[in-house]
Amino acid sequence: MSDITSQSLFELTSNIREKKLSSEEITKAFVNRAEKSKKLNVYVTDNFERAIDQSKKFDSNPNLNFKLPGIPIAVKDLFCTNGVRTTAGSKILNNFVPTYESTVTQNLWSQGAILLGKLNCDEFAMGSSNETSFFGNVQNPVGENLVPGGSSGGSSAAVAANLTPVTIGTDTGGSIRQPASFTGTVGLKPTYGSCSRYGIVAFASSLDQAGPMTKNVRDCSMLLEVISSFDQKDSTSIDYKRNNYSKELSKDIKGKKIGIPKEYRVDNMPDEIEQLWKNGISYAKDCGAEIIDISLPHTNYALPTYYIVAPAEASSNLARYDGVKYGFRSPGQNLIEMYEKTRSEGFGDEVKRRIMIGTYVLSSGYYDAYYLKAQKVRQLIKKDFDDAFSKVDAILTPSTPSSAFKIGEKTNDPVSMYLNDIFTVPINLAGLPGISIPAGKDKNNYPLGLQVIGKPFDEQNILNISYALEDKINFKNDISDWWLSE
Amino acid sequence: MSIDLKTVKHISKLARISIDDEKANKLKGDLNNIFEFIEKLNELNTDNVQALTSIAETTLRFRKDEIKSENIREKILKNSPEENKDFFVVPKVVE
Repeated sequence: MSDITSQSLFELTSNIREKKLSSEEITKAFVNRAEKSKKLNVYVTDNFERAIDQSKKFDSNPNLNFKLPGIPIAVKDLFCTNGVRTTAGSKILNNFVPTYESTVTQNLWSQGAILLGKLNCDEFAMGSSNETSFFGNVQNPVGENLVPGGSSGGSSAAVAANLTPVTIGTDTGGSIRQPASFTGTVGLKPTYGSCSRYGIVAFASSLDQAGPMTKNVRDCSMLLEVISSFDQKDSTSIDYKRNNYSKELSKDIKGKKIGIPKEYRVDNMPDEIEQLWKNGISYAKDCGAEIIDISLPHTNYALPTYYIVAPAEASSNLARYDGVKYGFRSPGQNLIEMYEKTRSEGFGDEVKRRIMIGTYVLSSGYYDAYYLKAQKVRQLIKKDFDDAFSKVDAILTPSTPSSAFKIGEKTNDPVSMYLNDIFTVPINLAGLPGISIPAGKDKNNYPLGLQVIGKPFDEQNILNISYALEDKINFKNDISDWWLSE
Repeated sequence: MSIDLKTVKHISKLARISIDDEKANKLKGDLNNIFEFIEKLNELNTDNVQALTSIAETTLRFRKDEIKSENIREKILKNSPEENKDFFVVPKVVE
């Protein structure tokens, strides 16, 4: 049997069911590895002691019918966990211990999973490199001083470094798919309304979705099956029949029509990404898929639209952090001064920047010029996809315009940081499902991903296409464990 | 269009975030760069386009208005920065 922590979720669940491994053995293996991996800074809060207790409890009376029987899982620190500190990567929530559980994490525990701890992320999920976190940046296990992507950077690093079998992240403009691409892992953003937003620290409510981050496509299908559910507590949760994603997973994609959008060939895109995309296209053909050239004419307007819509929603959502009922408080002579000082000291620079953008575009006299305009362009972007999906079953694009960059390289230029999400943001604006799978490496040996985009609620189809492509690509991450300490 | 220092200070007031002059100047530069990037949307004529207000094409559900959790006062107050028995404490508002 291979080393416990390098096993996939599928292998671990099989080994538990066949009684080859106990939950305690698995949990301890991940805890031990985490103790030696502090240099990566993936954990904001660990739950190791409680996790080991829970694993013993599971082993004493194991329910092997669970979908995640006794499997320890660390999650992004944006999911509220009852009794376990939840910070959203922010000073303002540094001491916040929720008294309730998010629906998505509850779905994990209800299927037998055990909380390992809470993973680092960009502050309030605002960032593409995990550098905006109050708890410091995360190292990408792929190479020293490399960002793991963001905002789910602790999550992507933890999966790539074998510190959790799988994890869940959140994706508002690419926060699952971009870090997955940067670390050679798989990340899926479901259709808007598929996974409940209840108990997730809100960033931009019309864009946020939780989703699985895993080592491979099969694990991704297993985890999606657990976390996707209709929830009365989220008014935008959609009641539809969800597939048994792992059971229905199939490499047969013969006759599927896959669209290639010409607008995703951007200036200055490295040759390796162009090549990777071509390879993906020829693999899809080998699998019997039909390749069709398509156009998504408003692609270039997606990022500017996103940088109006997302900050506008964020400025409203983050109004709740005023130092009154929970979180950090900075004392003031009067109420207004207390608000202003609390928010000034409690939020980091990027979060303040986005609140300011959002406040400005919603302010009197500018609403029509910015916010209303953006909502109209969002309609055009959605229509692009509607038109494309009348001709094709799925769309294949690169996940990111570059591989992982160095820590500190883009922190002084917000706009160049925002450009990271050029291929992922349109999917959130249109509410579609998208998955990033590792597809190759660049000249520095850093991973690069391909993205498969699907019709609303068609997660099964993009999982199947990814499953077929994954088999052909046969990606190997070969991470050297350079960060391990004794 | 460019955002001047006075506007930056006005927005920070609206957003209830106090900023000093140095920060305000830095923010002015950042915001102008970002808005220059956002202005690209003006290339598009959207006169006859309906604004997208909800991505999920469903109407919001109604539910019964009923009490589902009781005796949660302690839970609600648990994370308050400063409390006094059953209340949240803030600086004096009424003189």
